[in-house]
Amino acid sequence: MEPTRREFLKLCTASAVGLGISQLYIPKVVRALEQAVAGNPPVIWIQGAGDDGCLVSLLNTTHPTIAEVLLKIISLQYNPTIMASAGEKAISHLDVISEKTKGNFILVVEGAIPTKDGGVYCTIGERNGKHITMLEAVKDLGAKAKAIIALGACATHGGIPAGKPNPTGAKGVRDVLGKEATIINIPGCPAHPDWFVGTLVHLLMYGMPELDDQARPRMFFGDSIHQNCPNYSYYMEGQFASKFGEKGCLIQLGCKGPETYSDCPLRRWNSGVEWCVGVGAPCIGCCSLGFPDEVSPLYASLPKELWPEKQTEVT
Amino acid sequence: MQVMARRKIVIDPVSRIEGHLGIEVEVDKGKVVDARSMGTLFRGFEIILKGRDPRDAQHITQRICGVCSASHSLAASYNLDSAFGVTPPDNARIIRNLVVGANYLHSHILHFYHLSALDYVRGPDTAPFIPRYEGDYRLAKDVNDACVAHYLEALKMRILPHEMRVLFAGKAPHHVGFVPGGVTQKPTVDKITGFLWRLRRVRDFIDNVYVPDVMKIASAYSDYKKIGVGHKNLLAYGVFDLDSGGKNKLFKRGRYTGGKLMDVDAAKITEDVRYSWYEDKTSGKNPAEGITTPQPHKPDAYSWSKAPRYDGAPYEVGPLARMSVNGDYKGGISVIDRHIARALETQKIAGALEGWLMQLKLDKPIWTECSVPESSEGCGMVEAPRGALGHWIRIRNHKIEDYQCVVPTTWNISPRDDKAVRGPIEEALIDTPVADPDNPVELLRVVRSFDPCLACAVHLIRPNGRMKKFRVV
Repeated sequence: MEPTRREFLKLCTASAVGLGISQLYIPKVVRALEQAVAGNPPVIWIQGAGDDGCLVSLLNTTHPTIAEVLLKIISLQYNPTIMASAGEKAISHLDVISEKTKGNFILVVEGAIPTKDGGVYCTIGERNGKHITMLEAVKDLGAKAKAIIALGACATHGGIPAGKPNPTGAKGVRDVLGKEATIINIPGCPAHPDWFVGTLVHLLMYGMPELDDQARPRMFFGDSIHQNCPNYSYYMEGQFASKFGEKGCLIQLGCKGPETYSDCPLRRWNSGVEWCVGVGAPCIGCCSLGFPDEVSPLYASLPKELWPEKQTEVT
Repeated sequence: MQVMARRKIVIDPVSRIEGHLGIEVEVDKGKVVDARSMGTLFRGFEIILKGRDPRDAQHITQRICGVCSASHSLAASYNLDSAFGVTPPDNARIIRNLVVGANYLHSHILHFYHLSALDYVRGPDTAPFIPRYEGDYRLAKDVNDACVAHYLEALKMRILPHEMRVLFAGKAPHHVGFVPGGVTQKPTVDKITGFLWRLRRVRDFIDNVYVPDVMKIASAYSDYKKIGVGHKNLLAYGVFDLDSGGKNKLFKRGRYTGGKLMDVDAAKITEDVRYSWYEDKTSGKNPAEGITTPQPHKPDAYSWSKAPRYDGAPYEVGPLARMSVNGDYKGGISVIDRHIARALETQKIAGALEGWLMQLKLDKPIWTECSVPESSEGCGMVEAPRGALGHWIRIRNHKIEDYQCVVPTTWNISPRDDKAVRGPIEEALIDTPVADPDNPVELLRVVRSFDPCLACAVHLIRPNGRMKKFRVV
């Protein structure tokens, strides 16, 4: 029996089960997934102005493992960091596969897109002796893709390369291709592997996940970090840490949890081992679509007017 | 004639590395006679850092590289500690070592199995293992099959060192646990146990799988002991402080040239830009004094990377440099030596981690209180998995006036300098035999032995004015 979309969403949503994507392992989900992805849908993954951090983060996926993602869920036709081929062979394969599976492949964009000076600040390879800019590649492949996943802060809105004064005119995918394009924004610096795998599987099994007005899947980015923070009660009681290592809410040390939307406190990071606030460090707002400038200085306390209201408890 | 026999080979992109690199070589009579390495991404980190809160540099610079972010965090922390005039407590020094050391294990395992092994091991006939360059894959079938199985096992294994890192630092890549003056959380018994349990599993893999696999490849490809030699200059800044202040380190600072071990004086580092896409004005200056602006269409230039030189000479950095300078490796300089030194270094660090873990003291301080000075200067010189890494800062009005990083891969992939002397990878490519120009797998074996990390290598260095001299411990 196939799981319903509702059941799947429950599995994806950390708040529902506390385990998230690892529950993909329940047999009926796996069976349904195998049927849905028969023939492994092609994925083309290009990298612009970034640092491979989102790919490294994806390698940390535990359930399913990265080997299962690569060998059982998708057919990764192009990814500069892990593919066997290089140079002309790789670029001509990219050309052939994007034409052959036009309208059918999923494009993953990691890294920002420099737009200044014709995009010369990032080239991804050579074709017939000419450099291919990331800008050209995103436009070209974006027009042929079935859907585009903008993975991580650089791809969603420019991220660090777009930090003031944005020397290379770095932009996110939506700003380059326009809001009409079929884009899913997965923010984070880096993005959590579960967010990527969960979105991908939703796309393959049920189609487009429900997105907010910033094209983020609601299932992962619906609540603020503050709402689900284990230090929430300290906030309510007014117990604030003023030094590193002290107990209490970290808002005075610069925590951006109230202004940052993601399920980090419930999902946690790296196989659920820890997360930022868990080691006594303030959230730096890396999942905010304004990272880094809108959450900087990172260690400055949010202005008082942005502190969440303390609701009176309903008895 | 000769000209007819010569052929240009371009590999762009060079895949299975971190970042954007292209390689162009000329082959004559089956051997490389000239080479150029081209960094093809520029982000402008130092420009972006200007004017920010100095504490934020620790987070911004981690985003230079998704593979070795922990080392950028360490360099930035040392840099800020020195600028803030603060000495972190012993617990903090040890926790930083544990976090960075764990990240080395992830990085080296990733490099060998997932970035370079497919140059020697024939992968399965499915994406992303095909298409591939066809070449002389020499391993016997059973050894090859075992290596493919280990590729998959290593995918799981390298997750563990990242888990070790986040126990103390929150998340990976790009952690949050380091701050100027120390770290953010006291060690607890559950974390020490969690770290130790994972470490022992990884050590078992390193000792019984990783090192033996490297040795098998070394013996099947023994001709690569003579390929990829290069300039024979090695440089290391040293890393893993064993005492407060870092007088003793697990890997010491030094350089190796002309067959001799020598000291390092940071003032002798210069950067040339004649062949880089930056304005020529101040080529050849110490990075602390240079003024640089991008010039994307500069004639003759071919890389976004600059050409760092020590005392005017190109130097190779990385595990082979560290292990040789430290006296831990005496094998030589070649493609195979780089892989062996990296594997043995992984073993050495894994061993040291266990000892450091036991030195943590529960309930002892982890942070020395400090605040951003109105005006100051700082310097942090460490080693990333890929080699010597330096960060420098100048603070004015409590803000970053200048920040600069000179990173490992800039040394290794550097283009020619002003005297037209090739960079280390360019030189190492010379004389490499190429059996089939359409499948130049030999070139990639040479390039990947350096573990290039281009996101690190290519960023604008733009300090203005004078820097004070730093004690180089």
